[in-house]
Amino acid sequence: MVEATGSPISNQQSFEHGMEEEEKHILGFWIFLATDLVLFACLFATYLVLRTHTDGGPTEAQLFDIPMFTLETFILLTSSFTCGLAVREMRNGHLGRLMGWLAVTILLGLAFVGIEVNEFLSYSLEGATMQRSAFLSGFFTLVGTHGLHVSLGIVWMISVGIQLMRDRIQPTTARKLFNAGLYWHFLDVVWVMIYTVVYLMGVMK
Amino acid sequence: MFKSLVLYLKNADPLIQMSAVAIVLTLIGIVVALTYYKKWGWLWREWITTVDHKKIGIMYLICALLMLFRGGVDALLMRTQLAFPGMNFLDAQHYNEIFTTHGTIMILFVAMPMLFAMMNIAVPLQIGARDVAFPFLNAVSFWLFFFGALLFNLSFVLGGSPDAGWVSYPPLAELSHSPGPGINYYVLSLQISGIGSIATGINFIVTILKMRAPGMTLMRMPLFTWSVLASCIVIIFAFPALTVALALLGLDRIAGTHFFTMLHGGNPMMYVNLFWIWGHPEVYIAILPVYGIFSEIVSTFSKKYIFGYKSMVISLMLISVIGYFVWVHHFFTMGAGPGVNSFFAVASMAVGIPTGVKVFNWLFTMFRGRIRLTLPMLWTLAFIPCFAIGGATGVMLAAAPGDYQFHNSYVVIAHFHQTLIGGAVFGLLAGMYYWWPKMFGFKLNETLGKWAFWFFNIGFYVCFMPQYALGLMGMTRRVYTYPAATGWGTLNFVSTIGAYLMGIGFLFIVVQVLYSIRYGERDMTGDPWDGRTLEWSLPSPVPYYNFAQIPTVNGRDAWWEMKQQRKEYSLSSTKELKPIHMPNNSSLPFFMGLAFFVAGFGLVFNQFMIATVGLIGVVVCMLWRSLEKDTGHWISVDEIKQMEAS
Ligand code: HEM
Ligand SMILES: [Cu+2]
Repeated sequence: MVEATGSPISNQQSFEHGMEEEEKHILGFWIFLATDLVLFACLFATYLVLRTHTDGGPTEAQLFDIPMFTLETFILLTSSFTCGLAVREMRNGHLGRLMGWLAVTILLGLAFVGIEVNEFLSYSLEGATMQRSAFLSGFFTLVGTHGLHVSLGIVWMISVGIQLMRDRIQPTTARKLFNAGLYWHFLDVVWVMIYTVVYLMGVMK
Repeated sequence: MFKSLVLYLKNADPLIQMSAVAIVLTLIGIVVALTYYKKWGWLWREWITTVDHKKIGIMYLICALLMLFRGGVDALLMRTQLAFPGMNFLDAQHYNEIFTTHGTIMILFVAMPMLFAMMNIAVPLQIGARDVAFPFLNAVSFWLFFFGALLFNLSFVLGGSPDAGWVSYPPLAELSHSPGPGINYYVLSLQISGIGSIATGINFIVTILKMRAPGMTLMRMPLFTWSVLASCIVIIFAFPALTVALALLGLDRIAGTHFFTMLHGGNPMMYVNLFWIWGHPEVYIAILPVYGIFSEIVSTFSKKYIFGYKSMVISLMLISVIGYFVWVHHFFTMGAGPGVNSFFAVASMAVGIPTGVKVFNWLFTMFRGRIRLTLPMLWTLAFIPCFAIGGATGVMLAAAPGDYQFHNSYVVIAHFHQTLIGGAVFGLLAGMYYWWPKMFGFKLNETLGKWAFWFFNIGFYVCFMPQYALGLMGMTRRVYTYPAATGWGTLNFVSTIGAYLMGIGFLFIVVQVLYSIRYGERDMTGDPWDGRTLEWSLPSPVPYYNFAQIPTVNGRDAWWEMKQQRKEYSLSSTKELKPIHMPNNSSLPFFMGLAFFVAGFGLVFNQFMIATVGLIGVVVCMLWRSLEKDTGHWISVDEIKQMEAS
């Protein structure tokens, strides 16, 4: 998504791909994302095995609230877009606009986490805790792991924001923002899978 | 907390009380010695905060050897218990704990760190790099391994060791069947060191892909470096599965979820799958670099280019891919059905083919070579028959119908010790002997090493050959005793003698190291074996910036080529020296490891306050690092000249 901007290559490559040192960090980060993807794949597999093991407790269809998870999806997809805009502004060298889009992304991320916490709390209050059944253990762990990743991503973006204010746009900060952006898009992709496999397939039954 | 601890120690087995006392005395001894010789500052500056890959490698090596000792003592305790029918040296619970800690330690805290030691010491030097891609992360990996191992070993004196086998299958490993903190120790210590392993995998892939000296194309890379690349690729695809398996088991035990329980819909088979998706590739993670080590050694000590370089590379890659598709052979008997079993049986046997290619290539390399029987070469030669037998019995086990017969018997024990000891341990010892002069600047005494070699090798066959027979006679693994009427007594006794012979072999290695520190032959040239790859172009021990000038590579076995062409490889004369940029030391990796340790310890005992403090520590360390402006430092040309002259 980021790479698909229309600006010329030389312009795209200007900051974060400039130095050898930053190149290494970006490659390393891609490999890290591969390991994270394997991690989520294992959690998905576990969830798929356990989703019917409700032990007489609440099922997917009884729990999931279509407007809520659709809203979550909408918020996260938007935040991915604003994050892309932030990286784009970085390439254009507009620190002010970059910080603006970064702030919007962080706020959208916080909104997402807020809705998710609210969702988890309301399930728990109905007695649908992660101790209730294997299905719920799988659900809370898969979705919760994603939520934790998002929370960490928010902390990271705040840290990168501080560094950008301190050091302005230079190769190191540019690379960090780029990697944080990659991470954010990755979490978006994982969420789309959760949205499909967990929520949509859950309510369609 | 402390009250229950004291109570626990009061009621513990005398063996445990004695070890607790021994540990406290050793710790006091170390503290007193460090204070007396005023070495605290040195330890902190030179080692604990170091980000130098060579020093990190040495620290891995020391820890691995210590853990080999611990795992070896466990093995001797077990073999002592099994020496005669009806022995009551260890009770059933104690035996369970010991085979669990033995297996876990040997695989995760001996084989893995030993391998990381070799990688750290040799890879950057072989590819002509100044360091690994992420020196700071490298230090973090080491400290995660260190504190993971520490947490695991703590279980021996605090609260009770894990007792459900090194695989820790549920429901045996669930709270319902294993109350007490034992399995929690297992889960958390493996989790902590496992994160470090993933980071190492990423680090070395980037190092190898991005930091090779000019001219070193992929097909000019030394085979050890290739094998590390293959191994790291397996690490990054296998370890996350372990992370998940352990996390879910931990949640079951600590948060009361139902992933693998027998109640509320849990499914234990899911754990078994996740575990072996990591577990089988894990043995290739340990064995692939060993293949690389053997390739280096065979070619160096036969004075020949390796035979079939390309097929060596291809077979490494094939093994790393096929090795990922065999995991079900660990549970053929658990009802997966003939279709699934056949697929995994065929895949398991297929791994043998690339391995065979490698063995023949080594033999062809030796053929008509000028062979020197040094210690590294001896261990390599011993490996070949050992691994061939282990491989053959492996194919027997890979045949699913056969496995119904052999499953969980001593045939399995004999088989995997043969491949793990013959492969990983022999190989890592060979690598240790090979690179020892590079690490420390002196050679290890050959005579004492040969004693160690023969005791270990003879002991090995005496110990494990009888176990094939015992397995066929019906002795199952993980039994702590057996009646005389079974007729297993004699063979078990022979096996125990073999184990003790190996123990003596290990002691010879200890003596060899201590003796050689004083009297060992100093390595003045930096190239004691007449080596072929770039690490031998450097002085031993290597200056901390590695290469004063990054070499340009024109072919395989780069250093050998340079020597052949009599290009005087004198660094300072050829080109202008330039200042070198190096990373700074940092104490953060140590504190990050410590924070993980605190968090892990808290979770082991369900002390969530302590755990939270630890986790906050982890996040603070990460933020600190993120915000820190650490741009490293420069070494001036004068300093380099001084270092190179001395
Ligand atoms: C040095 C000589 C060694 C001896 C005498 C020895 C002996 C033993 C014995 C007696 C057992 C228990 C068998 C049972 O009751 O089921 C065992 C289990 C095991 N050993 Fe070793 N061992 C040695 C080295 C190693 C090494 C180097 C490794 C790995 C690198 C290793 C890995 C294992 C594993 C994974 C188990 C299975 C533990 C379990 O059942 O959970 N051993 N060994
Ligand atoms: Cu296997």
